[in-house]
Amino acid sequence: MRIIRVSAVAAAATAVLALAACGGGTSTGSGGGNTTSTTLTYWASNQGASLQTDYSVLNPELAKFKQQTGITVKLQVVGWADLLNRILAATTSGQGPDVVNIGNTWSASLQATGAFLPFSSSNFSQVGGESKFLTSAVGSTGAAGQPPAAVPLYSLAYGLYYNKALFTAAGITSPPATWDQLVADGKKVTHGGTYGLAVEGASIPENIHNVFVLAKQKGASFFDSAGNPTFTTPGDVAAVQQWVNFMGSDHIVNPGDAQYAQNQSLSDFAKGKAAMLLWQAAGTTLKADGMAPGAYGVAPVPVESGIPSASNPDSMVAGINVAVFKDSKNHAAALKFVNFMTSQSEQIKINGEYGSIPPVKSALSNSAFSTAEETVLRNVLSTSAVALPQVPKESQFETAVGTAVKNLFADAASGKPVSAATVKAQLSSAQQQMQG
Amino acid sequence: MTVSLRRDAPPAGSGAGRGRGPAPQPRSVRLLNKIKKGGLPYLFLLPALLLELLVHFVPMIFGILISFKQLTLFFIRNWTGAPWAGFGNYHLVVDVHGAVGSALLHSFFVTCAFTVLAVGLSWLFGTVAAILTQDTFRGRAALRTIFLTPFALPVYASVIIWAFMFQYNNGLVNELLHNVLGITSRPSFWLIGHNSFFALVIISIWRNWPFAFLCVMAGLQGIPRDLYEASAIDGAGIWQQIRRITMPSLRAVHQVLVLVLFLWTFNDFTTPFVLFGASAPSPADVVSVHIYQASFINWNFGEGSAMSVLMLIFLLLVTAAYLLGTSRRRGENA
Repeated sequence: MRIIRVSAVAAAATAVLALAACGGGTSTGSGGGNTTSTTLTYWASNQGASLQTDYSVLNPELAKFKQQTGITVKLQVVGWADLLNRILAATTSGQGPDVVNIGNTWSASLQATGAFLPFSSSNFSQVGGESKFLTSAVGSTGAAGQPPAAVPLYSLAYGLYYNKALFTAAGITSPPATWDQLVADGKKVTHGGTYGLAVEGASIPENIHNVFVLAKQKGASFFDSAGNPTFTTPGDVAAVQQWVNFMGSDHIVNPGDAQYAQNQSLSDFAKGKAAMLLWQAAGTTLKADGMAPGAYGVAPVPVESGIPSASNPDSMVAGINVAVFKDSKNHAAALKFVNFMTSQSEQIKINGEYGSIPPVKSALSNSAFSTAEETVLRNVLSTSAVALPQVPKESQFETAVGTAVKNLFADAASGKPVSAATVKAQLSSAQQQMQG
Repeated sequence: MTVSLRRDAPPAGSGAGRGRGPAPQPRSVRLLNKIKKGGLPYLFLLPALLLELLVHFVPMIFGILISFKQLTLFFIRNWTGAPWAGFGNYHLVVDVHGAVGSALLHSFFVTCAFTVLAVGLSWLFGTVAAILTQDTFRGRAALRTIFLTPFALPVYASVIIWAFMFQYNNGLVNELLHNVLGITSRPSFWLIGHNSFFALVIISIWRNWPFAFLCVMAGLQGIPRDLYEASAIDGAGIWQQIRRITMPSLRAVHQVLVLVLFLWTFNDFTTPFVLFGASAPSPADVVSVHIYQASFINWNFGEGSAMSVLMLIFLLLVTAAYLLGTSRRRGENA
């Protein structure tokens, strides 16, 4: 019994501490100075409908790369839930892949860890130079005034997806261009089990992307110019309140959406349970959910007033960047691989498969990206999309404010009024937690 | 148990007192021999002990070390270079007027309430079920096996299934409570808002009571049947038998059982994490997930470690007080 007791206490203590102390095991990038048999390890993010899709999209391209350069690339597709933790573990232990995909909003946070090879002008020129990429996409690769930590790989922007049949039945002739119109149209559509808008209420990234753009439209941005959090300015509070009150006081969002975090809003939209959806490149998923491309239209996301522009943005710059680990022993080969992945032909091929938009100018003009959906998203990306704050505390901001919005949705769903004071209290406590 | 021990013991006085034992030796030599004889098993245990130290205590020492460092994202690549924070992290997490400290305190109270409810009810269900299945009846073995399934299932899979059942739109729980039985006037949220606390308690009880059941069942095997027969002849009813025979005989089992359940439940990370994801709703924000969030999501490992160390101290204090208290009571009763 004594042994049970002692080991139980020890096990309990370790369980608590291991949380803070552990670093995961990762596969090591292989070394070797012999360039004729160089092997790179590449962690790709999950872009397709499943990890298996990603393997079948990317592996033929990696074979092509080997044919051209003799460099073998070992591919590992990592799900989004694990990717950031695996990168952190690789950073801590110094044992990781050579090349890795990252969510572009993490760029500045990961840049601060010093984990990635900076794209100084000499490194940048090895992958084609800054002018090769779309300006808005390059704006989301790291803190201003520092060499980028990564280069853009796939880009995305938000669009307003609307159900044509539901709009026609409600007598709506054109998609809303302002938020007031969206609420009015939403109310016309909402009856019985059908709602105006579907949102992903418990998803931290979705909440953040949307409230950030809403705040930008009100002239606020959650951070001051020095990179310090300012979550409680009137514009930020109004943005969060507006977003949550689509459910709370406008009643155009199903209260059940407060619990959504696994893309259930997409399937609700596909099944006609909601008439509108704000999403990035939803086409492929909607098709998988059984909605024909002709059944929905895509328009720019509404704005407060006026027309969308760089100073009146209607989307964040969404996308994936590709970075080279500083601990890699094959920087030259890794840069060669990044150059290959951002080459015109590969960009057309891979973005075409994933339904995303190439951030590489020469590929963007290709006719493959001129479907109705992609034309809208492409225009948004090049004219009216804004990058999330490129500051080291960005990832903390996502968690703190995203959780606050999630809690406010829970209040709204249970019928509690969401006032400016409630929102301000939540945001103020989120801001205080950032000080730690 | 005591009966069987006495039976196995050699008859008193055998061999001794015949005057043909080994020649008397000086006291010091006898002591040395004793250590030599008794020490061998400990020598065999030494490698295991060292490994145990390595596996359990080295990470703990690292954790304690980190709690005195300012280990934020700027230093994780070279964490030995992180500046020392002294007691800075501790000041931050115990300052109940600040946001971090008050959030931790809230989380601590949530965890205490969760643990008391979950352990108390798991223990109650387990004990009642074990006593009810003590007498043989048809299908007893099958019933016991069914009772044990929640404990045998992988945590991850069973919690995912519970998460499906607790869904708002199409979950089994709302279907039953609202659509079939009509107990609630409208469907309730189980994974956000106040109900999330009860969802967590229910799943924890469901997972842990079979363990209580198993332990108590094993303990019951050791109580001699003649005690019950004798008490029945003396006119004791079923309640008196439980109160005077069953419960006192199970005291040692209960002591370990409640302690182990307490530690498991207090530290349970998998259940809330699988159920709610990395950011648990505030009514169900238990300490283990809270610390995970502080460390991995906010990338502030120093602060997370300081919280861990505080929890470790709390658990050690509770465990020590519990063991001291229960042992003394047992001593008085013996």
